Amino acid sequence: MLINHPLLGPRDASEFVYKGDAALINRPDPDAPDALEQFIDYGYLRDNPAGAHRELWFHEQGDRSWLVVTRNTLTHEITSVELARDVARREGRSK
Amino acid sequence: MHDLIAISPLGATRPRIDSHGPVTLTEVTDRALASVAARLGHEAQANALVASLIGAQAPGPARMGGETLMAFWMGPDQWMLDAPIDSHEDLAERIKAEAKGSASVTDQTGAWCRFDLSGDGLADVFERLTNANTRAFTGGEAQRAAVEHMGCFLLCHSPRHISVIGPRSSAGSLHHALLTAIRSAH
Amino acid sequence: MTQVNRLAGGLIDRSRTISFRFDDKWMKGHPGDTLASALLANGVRLMGRSFKYHRPRGPLSAGSEEPNAIVELRDGARREPNTRATTAELFDGLTAQSQNRWPSLAFDALAINDRLSNFFAAGFYYKTFMWPAAFWEKLYEPIIRRAAGLGSLSLQADPDSYDKGYLHCDLLIIGAGPAGLAAALTAGESGLNVILADEDSLPGGRLNAETFGLGQQSGSDWAAEATERLAALPNVRLMTRTTVLGAFDHGIYGALERVSDHLPVPPEGKPRQILWRIYSRRAILAAGATERPIVFENNDRPGIMLAGSLRAYANRWAATPAPEIAVFTNNDDGHRTAQDLKAKGVTVAAVIDTRPDAPKGNGYEVIAGGTVTNTSGRLGLTKIEVTDARGTRRTIRCGALGVSGGWNPNVSLTCHQRGRPTWDADIHAFVPGGTLPEGMVVVGAANGRFSNHTALTSGADAAAQIATELGHSATRPDLPQAEDTPLALTPFWHVKGAKRAWVDQQNDVTAKDVKLAHQENFVSVEHLKRYTTLGMATDQGKTSNTAGLAIMAEVAGKSIPEVGTTMFRPPYTPTAIGAFAGRARGKDFRPTRKTLSHFWAEEQGAVFVEVGMWLRAQWFPRAGETHWRQSVDREVLQTRRSVGICDVTTLGKIDVQGADAAAFLNKIYCNAFAKLPVGRVRYGLMLREDGIAMDDGTAARLAEDHFVVTTTTANAVTVYRHMEFVRQCLCPDMDVQLISTTEAWAQYSVAGPNARKLLQKVVDPEFDISNEGFPYMACGEITVCGGLPARLFRISFSGELAYEIAVPTRYGDAMIRRLMEAGREFDVVAYGTEALGVMRIEKGHAAGNELNGTTTALNLGMGKIVSANKDSIGAVLSRREGLNAPDALRLVGLRPVDRSKPVPAGAHLMTRGSPVDAAHDQGYVTSACYSPNLGHSIALAFLKSGDTRMGEILRLVSPLTGVEHDVEVVSAHFVDPEGERLRA
Repeated sequence: MLINHPLLGPRDASEFVYKGDAALINRPDPDAPDALEQFIDYGYLRDNPAGAHRELWFHEQGDRSWLVVTRNTLTHEITSVELARDVARREGRSK
Repeated sequence: MHDLIAISPLGATRPRIDSHGPVTLTEVTDRALASVAARLGHEAQANALVASLIGAQAPGPARMGGETLMAFWMGPDQWMLDAPIDSHEDLAERIKAEAKGSASVTDQTGAWCRFDLSGDGLADVFERLTNANTRAFTGGEAQRAAVEHMGCFLLCHSPRHISVIGPRSSAGSLHHALLTAIRSAH
Repeated sequence: MTQVNRLAGGLIDRSRTISFRFDDKWMKGHPGDTLASALLANGVRLMGRSFKYHRPRGPLSAGSEEPNAIVELRDGARREPNTRATTAELFDGLTAQSQNRWPSLAFDALAINDRLSNFFAAGFYYKTFMWPAAFWEKLYEPIIRRAAGLGSLSLQADPDSYDKGYLHCDLLIIGAGPAGLAAALTAGESGLNVILADEDSLPGGRLNAETFGLGQQSGSDWAAEATERLAALPNVRLMTRTTVLGAFDHGIYGALERVSDHLPVPPEGKPRQILWRIYSRRAILAAGATERPIVFENNDRPGIMLAGSLRAYANRWAATPAPEIAVFTNNDDGHRTAQDLKAKGVTVAAVIDTRPDAPKGNGYEVIAGGTVTNTSGRLGLTKIEVTDARGTRRTIRCGALGVSGGWNPNVSLTCHQRGRPTWDADIHAFVPGGTLPEGMVVVGAANGRFSNHTALTSGADAAAQIATELGHSATRPDLPQAEDTPLALTPFWHVKGAKRAWVDQQNDVTAKDVKLAHQENFVSVEHLKRYTTLGMATDQGKTSNTAGLAIMAEVAGKSIPEVGTTMFRPPYTPTAIGAFAGRARGKDFRPTRKTLSHFWAEEQGAVFVEVGMWLRAQWFPRAGETHWRQSVDREVLQTRRSVGICDVTTLGKIDVQGADAAAFLNKIYCNAFAKLPVGRVRYGLMLREDGIAMDDGTAARLAEDHFVVTTTTANAVTVYRHMEFVRQCLCPDMDVQLISTTEAWAQYSVAGPNARKLLQKVVDPEFDISNEGFPYMACGEITVCGGLPARLFRISFSGELAYEIAVPTRYGDAMIRRLMEAGREFDVVAYGTEALGVMRIEKGHAAGNELNGTTTALNLGMGKIVSANKDSIGAVLSRREGLNAPDALRLVGLRPVDRSKPVPAGAHLMTRGSPVDAAHDQGYVTSACYSPNLGHSIALAFLKSGDTRMGEILRLVSPLTGVEHDVEVVSAHFVDPEGERLRA
């Protein structure tokens, strides 16, 4: 597979390390009253879509950026690649 | 002045040179390295710092720039500075002093080994080592790439002169891989 | 033997004659021959025995689709079984052996299987070798393996090397026949960066096998000229002997280049083969088509071949299997075989055409509406039995029979992603269908358009279209006039009533097997394939799948497209495992990492151990020491008595800087770091988000905004990755920057009561390293040896007064020599990883065996350090009830009640008197060693409620090693439990 790195252009997937669902960016609030339940969901319950899947890839043999890659799990078509840091900021992780 | 003697990554007091066919492979030990990463909110200052250090624009993704003091891109808002060790053994300290808190600076001199390939047909060698498209290199590229499983930087000074900067502890394996590929290709 | 069946003409180099050996006979051939063509020219049709029934077999084809003529090529360590004689290029001195026969090819004892064929029908193994289970390994499998081998391995290491490489192009063209050459000329002259790959040594494809003219030239001359034009284009890379093996995601292709297989041995330093990964923006598949046979009684005798292959052997290689041939066809193409061979002086006994309206013969007899109903000739074809349209049988003498059932487009590569071939009723064959690999266009015969005219035009059209799409102005070359004969074929798959009619010759699958599978309800085509093994040999059924489907469709009363098709998978042709390994063999399997004391340690005769990719000194044997324990005990005792030095460079080091560096460490470590003063080090435990311990190490605060974090050697990479995840994904607006400095510093542990005295000799005097000036857990930037910048950390893994001193890597070699020199007056000892391990067990420090991916801070006896006052990764889930059960495992020490007994790691703990089973398990031993200080074995273990069971006697059991004896639960701190030495 090729991942179209937003800064470096298309790079072979072999340069990356896969982590999994990009929902891992949305780490729950540890101070929430139901933090334990939320963390169990966060840690263990993943969607497993046949189709578009947002997932985290780390460019280990590259610029060490974490990327959010939207990949179709049926066809491997990649429709979007973003720097995870930008996504995290957009999703409200700036504190 | 201390009296300790440095050894080269390959374990000798002098750099190793190998020639095969049109290619010369040279171990380079006379460069100092320091990484410069912008502090949050100080990206512009860090960029300007790198530019002033190398006397040219701070290089963008997968590029390098400068001459005596040169820099190559490592990641977003992060560069590696590269200077002659004889005049810049304290490269990191000097940059840190100039950065004035706009960047995190880390000495990287000992972390890497460097081998320079020069001559004709370098792309024929590199196509047996890495997926980087070295045949398209014209000069100024600085690409991080895996070479036989070792994370390296390829710096293209010109299509006839490319540096491989790799993990120092694997210098022996890297040198072996480079020499094997040169002999295979030429 | 002379070349009795050598014809005139051909593309071989007759100016040179070369010798080769097949079994025990030396023969002559010419450069340009394949092993198969040279054997045929020498009158040899019998080249092997079949897989299951050991039937005599010769070549069916003239290319890589060959199912039958597979041999062992070369001798000694280079012997390669299962090589197709049809693709092995002849070189002077080539040697080959037939396989699957004993004692000889002509007389094969296991040919008895053929007589027993009733027993060996589809599903034979499943039905026969099913009882009892214990017989499988001991009896059945060895028998089957002996009987059904496919050649034999040399059992020696492969002396050749293989490269892996990477290529980039705008356009990859697969196949250099007329379509591929026309595409390459168009794309190349339009300025695209082109790779043209063909498995053959000679570009041209079928142009070299046929007598068609292109314009005023012969096909092969046009191909040669086109090849020359391409060679002059710097943007075109023509790769012959290169098979594109697979089509992968996003325009990536795998290809194998056979660099040296046509040579006796590879030139010095050169690989035998190169496995290329090709990154293409677009691809044109111009892989041509493969002829398919008709199935009939005894259709597998040596001499029975594809009709087009007979033409290829005659036209390209000037060879014929026999001086007298016949042709069995259902299409006009078969007649060309008769014409071409007749033109070469071969006698054409008859053309048997299944079509009642077959064209008239041109100087040979045509039996219209006829079929071949049997053949004879034990080791090679001598006669065929023909049944004509009226049902009359007659016998025709011939030594070869060309068979043509039509042509199948080579769709293999279109299937490697999501393509599903579809049936084209006009040409009675599967053509590319479904979703093709991204960027792939199929042209020419591979797309079911068989004439030379369509090959040339479709190739050029596709390339021009791609050039335009990629932003080039397309330049179309002048293409020659070429034949444009329409396909004339009436489907005919098999002659009915046959008893031994072979569908898949490589796996010995007959038409009867296909019918039997259907009878037994294996009606899905995928089941048919697996039950009969049809198409599952190394040729992937290139010449057999369609006939199998046709017979299946017939017995099921369905059409072929209703039955479906099986898929093709990479690799397109069999590929040596060595090519996939590349240079990663033996010591080069992965890179080796060496520390800066390596050269010195080698001089000392150190024994090294692999830790990840690192080589670390395991112990340093001295003269007279004959057992590793002697060395290790000495290193431990001497360190605890005076001082020892160990290279700890391999621990991961990560530089953490930024205004939020302390807050960041607070996040990644479960214990608190915010208030750690500058100049101090703290132990840190990192949890995974699920609350399980991930790694531990230290963090040294060099400045308010600057820490150096250490990780365990094994986890350096994963911890760095995790820290970047936290930094970029969870805390994107923390001001923190990370970089690995593992290799930037050579780091040595100096441990033992004399550690300070030793270091005072190298640390420059302006730095106070007295116990007051530099207490336990202090750190600082210093200089050594008269001004070399260094870092000093007062941390201890051994439990002794200890420091770690770090110097810039290039001085690491000088530093170890200087330290050992300075320590001579203290009788300093260098110690390796074994002694390090012993001392940390004596001290009760957890390491990888304890941080094993299942244990929590509580298990490790560090439950209290998980800060409740701050958020950190893993903190919330570490508070789960299940991880905090009252009987949770706790880290304890063990010593044998009988002090002479060992305590093996991995042994389990049982309450005395309880049954020895998993239900009563109380815990397990993680680390064990002989303690030279205590004079007996000791161990660390996880024990249920271990913190409350000190002094209890437990049963230690290791059923695997036969150990069972009593141990006593003690504190894990065997040495200096109060930590007085650390602070001395």
